[in-house]
Amino acid sequence: MVNENLVKDVVKEPYKYGFVTDIETEKIAKGLNEDVIRLISQKKEEPKYLLDFRLKAFKKWQKMEEPDWAGLGYKQIDYQDIIYYSAPKQKEKISSLDEVDPKLLETFDKLGIPLTEQKKLTNVAVDAVFDSVSIATTFREELAEHGVIFCSISEAVKNHSDLIEKYLGTVVPASDNYFAALNSAVFSDGSFVYIPKGVTCPMDLSSYFRINSGDSGQFERTLIIAEEASSVSYLEGCTAPMFDTNTLHAAVVELIALDDASIKYSTVQNWYAGDEEGIGGIFNFVTKRGKCLGKRSKISWSQVETGSAITWKYPSCLLLGEESVGEFYSVALTNNLQQADTGTKMIHIGPKTKSTIVSKGISAGNSKNSYRGLVKMGTKATGSRNYSQCDSMLIGDQASANTFPYIKSQQPNSEIEHEASTCRISEDQLFYLQSRGIEFEEAVSMMVSGFCRDVFNQLPMEFAAEADKLLALKLEGSVG
Amino acid sequence: MQSKMKESDPILEVENLSASTDNLPILKGVSLTVYPGEIHAIMGRNGCGKSTLSKIIAGHPSYNITNGDIKFLGDNINSLEPEERSQSGIFLGFQYPIEIPGVSNLEFLRVSTNARRKFLNKEELDTFDFEELVKEKLEIVKMDHAFLSRSVNQGFSGGEKKRNEILQMALLEPKIAILDETDSGLDIDALRIVASGIKKISNAQTGIILITHYQRLLDEIKPNYVHVMSDGQIIKTGESDLALELEEKGYEWTDNFIKET
Repeated sequence: MVNENLVKDVVKEPYKYGFVTDIETEKIAKGLNEDVIRLISQKKEEPKYLLDFRLKAFKKWQKMEEPDWAGLGYKQIDYQDIIYYSAPKQKEKISSLDEVDPKLLETFDKLGIPLTEQKKLTNVAVDAVFDSVSIATTFREELAEHGVIFCSISEAVKNHSDLIEKYLGTVVPASDNYFAALNSAVFSDGSFVYIPKGVTCPMDLSSYFRINSGDSGQFERTLIIAEEASSVSYLEGCTAPMFDTNTLHAAVVELIALDDASIKYSTVQNWYAGDEEGIGGIFNFVTKRGKCLGKRSKISWSQVETGSAITWKYPSCLLLGEESVGEFYSVALTNNLQQADTGTKMIHIGPKTKSTIVSKGISAGNSKNSYRGLVKMGTKATGSRNYSQCDSMLIGDQASANTFPYIKSQQPNSEIEHEASTCRISEDQLFYLQSRGIEFEEAVSMMVSGFCRDVFNQLPMEFAAEADKLLALKLEGSVG
Repeated sequence: MQSKMKESDPILEVENLSASTDNLPILKGVSLTVYPGEIHAIMGRNGCGKSTLSKIIAGHPSYNITNGDIKFLGDNINSLEPEERSQSGIFLGFQYPIEIPGVSNLEFLRVSTNARRKFLNKEELDTFDFEELVKEKLEIVKMDHAFLSRSVNQGFSGGEKKRNEILQMALLEPKIAILDETDSGLDIDALRIVASGIKKISNAQTGIILITHYQRLLDEIKPNYVHVMSDGQIIKTGESDLALELEEKGYEWTDNFIKET
């Protein structure tokens, strides 16, 4: 079929973030044992409770088995062949951005995330994470005026230890799952956000994660706490160079919303996906979970997943507070030999809780794209409601799409609604658009964006435009 | 057959065209020439190849041309992409307009119109200028502005879909329009709106091919020529009264022509 081949050409993906920054790094030796964990903790000058947290997690991890229920196919990971700490060499204490290695600033410049005073993005504060460490955080003083804390988690351990001790591991316990346990043992850096009572964060906060080394894993940890009646919108972006080896990225994100607080967490994930033969790419095995602890609190996840060789993540909400709200809006695009198993868990515990799930999976090439989700109504979740919509779009005839919705209800006085659909970009649809003068590539990209519209509408404005561009780029046939 | 001397050059020339899909021959040597200002009607039983002919002229990828040529304004277009044909002024009004979920009708119409305008070296229109233009064209097909904010053809009634096709024709201002059973599924009022729309859009420089089963459309738009197709060939060509005769005697009557040829 002529058209099938054309579609294949169109979805060929040029990855423009594949460069490596040549910079001197401080790495510890490969391998994982108690000494490595002590070393990481020592490098970060951590208090004893945190070292204990890590060691406990490590003991648990050693007793756990790598899960295989997702049916994802990948070569066994050799956990002794990974470097667990890698940081660009720079002065011990950096007091201003002028002291940051210009190569690092240049790297983030190239990624479209300028950090310097003159060039920094005007309406969003950025925490830039390079391999295992946070390089810089912009707009800190401005945020501090509002009492908002936005810094790397390492810094938070030093300066806001009480908050870390109180909340770390309370949403995703160290023993939660294999990769969460591993992260709890070796996490290096990540972002920390604290929004005080009654404060609406004056600007969007954003973290940009960059993997640079080929042989080190990235294990970042993010913790966001929104106090009573506060609100924040947080964005996360990710890229990595092109290596022909697989790099493990096992992050943990924990969100906590108290009474009337709201957290919106948006991700555009564009880790390197490997080449057409499936060589290289990031293993993105991530645990993200939010706890709606307070009454009428709200946590909203939106994600655009286009990268990684394998994506395995389920941003979830624990709806404890009465009338709390959980949302999950997702677009996952897979191409070539990419695999994605993603979805959410909405655990309704409190009464009158509400959740919405909108998932859009697009599979092209020989990729596998699955939605896997759980909606659970606990015994006390009276008057609670869920609405789920899971749509899949197939491009070509070699890709696969699956939907695995799990529904458990222990509460007769609750409502669960699930809709699912699968469609294919049909030759007739393409011909219709082409016969109206619209180029083939633009026609495909129009239909893909159309398919994703419900989710894009949920993204913050600047992000929505970026996501649309990213999908178009992924679907572009031209080189470069 | 069209032996009259013409003053201008033809818009479309289909010469001895044969085509197949999945190795199944559908067209078996069709010839048809359309000059500016002419209206041609093509009639014939279901499955005789009328729709296929229209799709092949528009460049549908499912069909292979096995013999013959299609010329547009003198140039052979056999190997042009569908979008190139559209941009240069060929319009196909679909028998069953396709639904495209999530893509707004307004944006679709704008991108489409701009593709044609770009080809004509006309300035491309931004959202505001396009709104002005489309408002004016909506009048022609008596469509409500609300149609623009819906997804392309999604949830449209049969009549609304057909009117949306004519709206596209009005925006693209094609040199030649092939309208495949645009009248089917329309009630009398909608048929009048569509027919008067087609008449408003066409002029002495444009050509029209109407593919239809019914005389009622041809009552509204009087064709210069009527062609009868059967088994992938044009078996008879006449003037507008041929359609009337066909209406009266049915397609069985045309079976005799095949025997003659």
